[in-house]
Amino acid sequence: MSTTTDVAPYTVVIGLEVHVQLLTQSKLFCACRNRFGDPPNTNVCPVCLGMPGVLPVMNRQAFELALRAAVALNCKIARFTKWDRKNYYYPDLPKNYQISQYDLPFSSDGYLEIPVEGGTKRVGIIRVHLEEDAGKLLHGEGGKRSQVDLNRAGTPLLEIVTRPDMNSPAEARTFLEELRLLLRYLEVSDCNMQEGSLRCDANINLHVHHNGEIIATPIVEVKNMNSFRAVERAMAYEMERQYEEWKRTGARLGEVPKETRGWDENRNITVSQRRKEEASDYRYFPEPDLVPVTVTEEELERVRESIGELPAQRRLRFISGYALPEYDARVIVEQGKKFADYFERVARGLEHAKNASNWMLQDVLRTLNERGWTIEEFPIAAEKLCDLIRRVERREVNTHAAREVFAEMLEGGGDPGEIIERKGLAMVSDEDALRQVVAAVLDKNPKVIEDFKKKKGKKRAQVAGFVRGLVMRETRGKADASLVEKLVNEMIVERAGVGFDS
Amino acid sequence: MALTKEEVEKVALLARLRLSPDELELMTTQLNKIVEYVEQLREVDTTDVEPLAHPLPVTNVFRRDEVRPSLPREEALRNAPDHDDEFFLVPPVLE
Amino acid sequence: MTASEIVHLTARQLRSLFEEGRLSAEEIVSAYLERIRAYDRHVGAFLLVDEEGALQQARTLDERKARGEPLGPLAAVPVAIKDVLCTQGMRTTCASRILHNFVPPYDATVIRKLREADAVLIGKTNMDEFAMGSSTENSGFQITRNPWDLDRAPGGSSGGSAAAVAACFSPMALGSDTGGSIRQPAALCGVVGLKPTYGRVSRYGLVAFASSLDQVGPFAWDVPDTALLLQVIAGHDPMDSTSVEIEVPDYLATLDQPVGGLRIGVVREWLADGVDEQVAKAVEQAIDVYRALGAKIQDITLPHSKYGIPAYYIVAPAEASSNLARYDGVHYGYRAADYDDMVDMYCRTRAEGFGAEVKRRVMLGTYALSAGYYEAYYLKALKVRRVIREDFDRAFEQVDIVLGPTSPTPAFRLGERIDDPISMYLSDVYTVTANLAGIAGISIPCGFTADGLPVGLQLLAPPFEEERLLRAARMYERETNWHTRRPDLERVVAQFEAKQSASAG
Ligand SMILES: [Zn+2]
Repeated sequence: MSTTTDVAPYTVVIGLEVHVQLLTQSKLFCACRNRFGDPPNTNVCPVCLGMPGVLPVMNRQAFELALRAAVALNCKIARFTKWDRKNYYYPDLPKNYQISQYDLPFSSDGYLEIPVEGGTKRVGIIRVHLEEDAGKLLHGEGGKRSQVDLNRAGTPLLEIVTRPDMNSPAEARTFLEELRLLLRYLEVSDCNMQEGSLRCDANINLHVHHNGEIIATPIVEVKNMNSFRAVERAMAYEMERQYEEWKRTGARLGEVPKETRGWDENRNITVSQRRKEEASDYRYFPEPDLVPVTVTEEELERVRESIGELPAQRRLRFISGYALPEYDARVIVEQGKKFADYFERVARGLEHAKNASNWMLQDVLRTLNERGWTIEEFPIAAEKLCDLIRRVERREVNTHAAREVFAEMLEGGGDPGEIIERKGLAMVSDEDALRQVVAAVLDKNPKVIEDFKKKKGKKRAQVAGFVRGLVMRETRGKADASLVEKLVNEMIVERAGVGFDS
Repeated sequence: MALTKEEVEKVALLARLRLSPDELELMTTQLNKIVEYVEQLREVDTTDVEPLAHPLPVTNVFRRDEVRPSLPREEALRNAPDHDDEFFLVPPVLE
Repeated sequence: MTASEIVHLTARQLRSLFEEGRLSAEEIVSAYLERIRAYDRHVGAFLLVDEEGALQQARTLDERKARGEPLGPLAAVPVAIKDVLCTQGMRTTCASRILHNFVPPYDATVIRKLREADAVLIGKTNMDEFAMGSSTENSGFQITRNPWDLDRAPGGSSGGSAAAVAACFSPMALGSDTGGSIRQPAALCGVVGLKPTYGRVSRYGLVAFASSLDQVGPFAWDVPDTALLLQVIAGHDPMDSTSVEIEVPDYLATLDQPVGGLRIGVVREWLADGVDEQVAKAVEQAIDVYRALGAKIQDITLPHSKYGIPAYYIVAPAEASSNLARYDGVHYGYRAADYDDMVDMYCRTRAEGFGAEVKRRVMLGTYALSAGYYEAYYLKALKVRRVIREDFDRAFEQVDIVLGPTSPTPAFRLGERIDDPISMYLSDVYTVTANLAGIAGISIPCGFTADGLPVGLQLLAPPFEEERLLRAARMYERETNWHTRRPDLERVVAQFEAKQSASAG
C-alpha cells in the first residue's frame, strides 16, 4: 500500500483504539439511567458512586450488545471470559479502579472490511472488550476547583483495538465511518463523537524506505481528536511531522520512549503531552466481585442469526437492487436494522424505491427525531405508508395532500384510502376545471399580470409561483401540482403577451 | 529479596500514602519481615496448579437492563467533603 | 422480670416472652440499654448506641403487637451490628477515621433482612479498622476489652460484636469473617460465632476488606440462637453476584436431630506445635464428648494448612489495596485540610485517615500486585490457595466435620502482640484456611483455662453444609454447659479497677 503522494519515501502505519458507549437503558453494573446530557450527578446511586460496601452486577444487555459487535467484527469469541480491576487514581473514577478486561477479553482476532480505491481492505481487530466508563471532570473557571460529574461513571463501554493496518489518514477515517455504520446498524451504539459516545486514539509511525532498507520510526500515540475529520487531519499532520523528525534525528522505533501527543483543533497541529514519570502500573487482578461468563455455541449461533446481513452488504444491495443513490442507502442503513427493514417493506410495494427513501428520510425520520421514537414505536405500519406513497405514484393524491393524510395516520391511525375519501383529498386533475380556477384567480388579481410584465427573468417565475399558490389554496391543496404549473404558465403568458425569458 | 526504602517509597506513591521519614523506615523494616515470612510459599510445589481467585464455581450472573430510581442529588452529595450542590469538588486537575 | 434477668435470656426466650405478652419490646430494649450504660464504658464494645432509634423501634413493635399484626422471627430481639455493615442514616465508620462521618444512604442486605425480621438494631460495634486485625486494637477510635478479663483483648476483628454478646449488651450480633474475624473473637469471648460458606450470605453493604474471602455471620450465646440469626440473613441476593442461588434449609427445624454416624476428622497438626496446652486439653475433652456420643473420630491431615497465613497475607492485602483505594477524600469521608494538589490531597488524606495496620496491608497488597511481583506473590498465593482447598476436598471425602481449636491461645493481653504484626497474624492460623477454601466454620465454647478464660472449639463443614455444621455443634452443646456461663461483669470490673489503682499507686 502506498502513501498519499507518489514521492513520499515512506509508508504510514496507523492503528486505532476506539471506545464506544453501548445503547443500554441502564448502566453496566447498576440500575441508574445510561443517558447523555442530564443534569450533573442525577444518574448516580451508591453503586456507581463507589460507596463503601456496594457490589457490581453485570447488565445482560450490555454483554449481548458487546457480543453482537464482536461477532459482526468477525472476532473469535472466548468460551470463558472474566473481568479484572485496573487500578489507578483519578477523581472521575469513584472506586479508583476500573472494572475492565485484561488477559481474557471476551473476543479477539477479528477484522472489518473497508472500501478502498479499487476494492476492499481488511483492517484487523486485535481485541474487543467490555469495561465501565469513568465520570467527567470539568475544569471550572478560575481554576480553583475541578468539578466531578458521575452520571457517566459505570456506563458500559466497548474497547476496540485494531491492528496497525491502516496506511493513510483517509483509511483511518474510512475505518471509523465503517465502524460507525456497523455499530449504528446493529444498534450497539449511536457512535456520536461530539457527545463522546465514540472516542478514538491513534497509534501512528512510519516505515521509511531508505537505501533499500525499511526503517520503522518511533510510535506516537495521538489523543484529543473530536471528529472523524480531526482524525484524518491529525494523522496527515503527524505523518509529515514524523518524517521531518526522522530526517532530523534518524530516531528509530524502540530508541526513544513512546510519546503521547494531543491534537490541537484550533492550531491544526499535534502537541506533545508531557506526563509525570510515575510509570503507570495498573496492578490488574481478577475482579472478585464478579463471576466469569461462559458463552456456548448455541448462544453464539443465536447472535449470528440475529445479525443476518451486515450493513455494508445491505447498503450495496440497496444501491444495486433498489437503484437508490449512495447517500440514501447509507443514511437508511445507518438508522439501524429495523429502520432498514421498514424501508424495505415500504419500497417493495412501490414503482420507485426512491419515493420510499424520500418519505423515510424526510417525514418519517423527522417524526422519529421530534418525538424521540424508535422505528418500532412508529405508529404507521409499513404497509399503510406504502399504500399512501403508491397513491402519490399513481397520482391519486398529490404530495401536499399526502402529507395531510400522513399527519392524520400519525395521530389517529386509519387507512389512507379512507382518509382521502373522508377528507376529500383526492387529486383534482380535470384540466378544464383547473383552467377555470386559474382564470378566476387571474381575474380576481389583475395586478399579477402588470407585475409580470414589469419584472424580468427570475422575478417573473416568482410571480407565477405566487399564482400557483393561490390556485392550490383555491383547490384546498388537492390539485395536480404539475398540471397547475403548466396551466398557470400558459395562461399568464397568454394574458401578459410576453414570455418568461423576454 | 529485600525491599529498599526507594522501592517502598514508590509503592507508597502507587498506594497514595504519604509516609514520614520515620514511617518509611519502620514500614521498610516491617514489609521486609512480612515479605520474608510469605516467601515460604515457595516451598509449595504448584506445578500445573490453576490459581484459585475465587472459591465459587459460579458463572454467568446477570441482571436485566432495567432502570430504577437513582439517588436524589442531595443524597449523593451529602457525604462529600466539598461540593457546590451540583458537583463534587476537588483540587484543580490539569488534563 | 428484672433488667438483669432479661439480659441473660436467649433471643428465642425474648422472642417468645414478647409473643406471649409477658415482656414488652420496650422493657427488653430498656434492659439492654441500661446494661450498656452501666458497663460499656469499661468494655468499649460499641462505637454507637442508637438508644433513641432502638426505643422508638421497640415502641412501634409494641403497638404493632397490640394491633395483632404479624411479627417477624426476631421481633423485639436486639442485635448489635459490626460497624462494617452499612446502615441507612446511621453512621458507619469501619472504625476508621477516614469514614468518621460517613452516613450511608442505603442498608446492607443483611440489615434490610434484620429490619424485615423486626430485629431491634441497638448499635454499631467496634472492630479493627476495616476488619484488619485480630484484637480490635486497630480501631481508629477505641479499645474494646474482653468481658472475661478487662486486661485482655476480645480478639478481632469483630471484637466489639463478640464482646457485646459476651457482656450481655445484646443477645445477638453480626460480624464479618475474612480470616477468622468471627470465630476467633467468639472463641476468646466464650460465645458462638459462625462463618457461613462464601456465597451463603449477601455481602452487599458489607464494606469490603478482601472480597473473595469476606462473609457476614452471626454471634450468639448458643447454637440455636446462632441458627436463628443465620436463618434470617442467609440466602441469594440479586445485588451480590457472588451470593449463590441455593435454597436455605430450615436450620432450626433439624437442629436437635443428631447427625447419624457422624464422622469427625481431627486436624492433628493443629493440636501439636504452637497451640496452648490448656486449649489443646479442652479440645481433646471435646473430642471425648463426641466419642461418647458415638461419633467416629479419626485423625486427618491438612498438609498445606500451614501455608494458610502466608497465602492469606498476599491475597487479602492485594484485594484490600484495591478495595480501599476509594477512600480518597473525594466523594465521602475524611479529607486532609492542607494539600498542594490532587495527588498530595490523596496522599495526605489517606495518610491521616488510615491507621498503621491498614497502611501496612495496603502497602503489602500494592507491592504484591505491582509489575514484576505479581507472579511471584499474588499468582503463587492463588495457586497455594487451590492446594489448600484441595486438602479440604480430600478431607471431606473421609469425614463429615473437621475439628480443631479455633485459636491457638485463649485471650491475650492488650498490647501484647500489637507491635509484632506476624505474631498477631498467627492468631488466625487455624481459621484462615476456611476463608481461603470458602467453606463453613463455627466456633463454640468448649471450656475455660485455669485463669477463667474461655476456649473455643472450631468445627468446619463443606460448602453450604451449615445445617450439618449447626447440628454437629448442637450435639456437643446439649452435652455440656459452657455456653450457659456468663462473665460476672460486676466482679470483673471491680477486679480490674482494683488492679488499675494498685498499679497506679
Ligand atoms: Zn448507579
